[in-house]
Amino acid sequence: MNYLILIPLLPFATSVLLGLFGRKYFKTSSGIIATASLLASAILSLVTAYNYFFVSGKVNGSYQKIIALQYNWLQFSPNVSIDMGIILDPISVMMIVIVTFISLMVHIFSWGYMKGETRFATYYAFLSLFTFSMLGLVLSSNIFQVYIFWELVGVSSYLLIGFYYNKPSAVAASKKAFIVTRFADFGFLIGILIMGFYGGTLDISTLIERLTSTQSTEFISISTASFLGISALTWGLTLVFIGGAGKSAMFPLHVWLPDAMEGPTPVSALIHAATMVVAGVYLVARLFPIFSMDIAALNIVTWVGASSALIAAVIACTQTDIKRVLAYSTMSQLGYMMFALGIARNEGESSVGYTASMFHLFTHAFFKSLLFLGAGAVIHLVHSNDMKDMGGLRKRMPLTHLSFLIACLAIAGIPPFAGFFSKEEILLAAFQTNKIIYFLALFTAALTAFYMFRLYFSIFWNNTSKSSKVFEAEHGHEGTISMKLPLIILSGCTLVAGFVPFSKFVTADGAPLETHFSIIFSIAPVVLSVLAILIAANLYKTHNEKPAKIAASLGTFYKVVTRKLYIDEAYVFITKKVIFNFLGRPAAWIDRNIIDGCVNGLAYVTATTSNAIKVVQSGRIQNYALYFFGGIAGLAIVFIYWWK
Amino acid sequence: MNEVPLTHILFVSTALFFIGMYGLFTRKNLITMLMSIELLLNSVNINFVAFNKYLFPDKLDGVFFTIFIITIAAAEAAVAIAIIINLYRSHKSIDVEDATELKF
Repeated sequence: MNYLILIPLLPFATSVLLGLFGRKYFKTSSGIIATASLLASAILSLVTAYNYFFVSGKVNGSYQKIIALQYNWLQFSPNVSIDMGIILDPISVMMIVIVTFISLMVHIFSWGYMKGETRFATYYAFLSLFTFSMLGLVLSSNIFQVYIFWELVGVSSYLLIGFYYNKPSAVAASKKAFIVTRFADFGFLIGILIMGFYGGTLDISTLIERLTSTQSTEFISISTASFLGISALTWGLTLVFIGGAGKSAMFPLHVWLPDAMEGPTPVSALIHAATMVVAGVYLVARLFPIFSMDIAALNIVTWVGASSALIAAVIACTQTDIKRVLAYSTMSQLGYMMFALGIARNEGESSVGYTASMFHLFTHAFFKSLLFLGAGAVIHLVHSNDMKDMGGLRKRMPLTHLSFLIACLAIAGIPPFAGFFSKEEILLAAFQTNKIIYFLALFTAALTAFYMFRLYFSIFWNNTSKSSKVFEAEHGHEGTISMKLPLIILSGCTLVAGFVPFSKFVTADGAPLETHFSIIFSIAPVVLSVLAILIAANLYKTHNEKPAKIAASLGTFYKVVTRKLYIDEAYVFITKKVIFNFLGRPAAWIDRNIIDGCVNGLAYVTATTSNAIKVVQSGRIQNYALYFFGGIAGLAIVFIYWWK
Repeated sequence: MNEVPLTHILFVSTALFFIGMYGLFTRKNLITMLMSIELLLNSVNINFVAFNKYLFPDKLDGVFFTIFIITIAAAEAAVAIAIIINLYRSHKSIDVEDATELKF
């Protein structure tokens, strides 16, 4: 099992090598170096997955948590320490496969996409750094280790969003992403501290063990302690969830994700679609046994997830930047995964939501990165992000067109593509537990199909709206083989990923789960999706006035949605008007007048005193000698007459 | 034989000490000031030897201290004269009134 440590360390070594020496020595070969090391890491992950799922992971018919490596890092007291370790369980093994695989595809795609970039080597260094951090995050055995890697993925995301650092909007977007997620991570940290304080450990397995048995002293103390009438357990879990919601772009902390699309498109495919943004879902899944002890926290997860899914889907229908549409669709799908976790419970049949969520995470990684890479290929050709500049590209980019269509069908939930299976499972879980959530999810699914096909038809059909940009691109080509290969591979994955018998491998308690799959149940979502696709085709396949008319008839609602529900504006209002005026200004006043006043006063007193006594410093040795003798004489008098 | 009383010797050393101090404060020539310092040191030496002889005749601490002070005085004289020579090279004078640059 010792090769496991190589899986995260190979990308790390690449990142250090390319980061330090890349610009000088590996200007053109950095892509090959990074891809080769990642390929090794991906193969190791696959071997690990095979070993875990088919050879060594199963004990007594259920998959165990295996601590493959444990290294004592910081020992605070005999009982409390921060360890670095590697944990293997179904979700972490699944995640390392996804992360290394998608990252490999993105590495290959970037050869073509980033060709000729002056900071080519730096780009690969950042990409490898991200892969390392993400792998470290999913393999962490200690919740504090999770936090360390959590921040590392935040940093690498920041670096990659701001990759085009001479573009002001990219700089602003990277700062926004970092600050918003950092703000959420503050909640995560407090959550960790609460759980660690009551649980008496930071080790995930031990923590889960202690906090899930209702008889243990730790569980009794955390569930009886309360603050503002809410138990410490709910507080801890909710705060941890806030951290996860920040990373996974849940409403209302989602504002950074659409802006993060300023980064290079392959980066969006890797970080902001397939891997980093699912870290929040992964975190909730990782601590799911504890979450399942507290229904209140699970309800928060459910409702935040469901509302994010719906809001994002509504906003996505109005956006015209193709990457932003994809960003909102990512947010919507993440909402799906979240609420699927929220409606799941920890035992037997009722844990189907957990499996469904992980399944959707798995399939989503493939079709969403495929969508982003397809969009990247389109942007590479058209040199624009706006769908108004596109149209009629299906003949020019047949391969991209086909793979994009497959991905769109997958996300719309049309059988037999990957998204259908995972989405059905989520809907089934919702149907069994909460009907309101089910109808919300169903409506969102239809909206998803609508906006994805609006995107698809606007890019690849609708050639009457031909603008100058498309004309310029007339002489372009579809892209190099390195850009086509990932599209082909990912399309293949999207076709087959749905047939993986997921519930046999990944369940909340490790034991295989039988999912009942009925054709009748899936009629409603599929029919709705097909209907939505037909509406989209009617509106966007050829250029016409219908979309504009509908927009006009919706009036204010349409306008509000186009402006993303004014959430960004609300944030600006809260920060600039409320926080700056009512918190910032008084704080600044205190700083300027009281704190600075004290310091300046001290300096003033010192300066005046020294001015007054500096004449003593005359430069004449004999004066000094005189003072010296005077002092000695004075001391002599003191000691002889007073200090008896 | 009639012994000299301790007070007599202390009178001598005190006189020597104040002569040295007077010289240190009034003379402007650095060499003379150095000589005055030697006087101060030697008055202390006399005190040490005298107290050793009269109060603790069977011990040698006072004598040792005297020898230490003589050694240090020699070293100090060497350093002081080196400083004076350097001062002379830069100021063309060894008058203490001419070397007052080191002030506020």
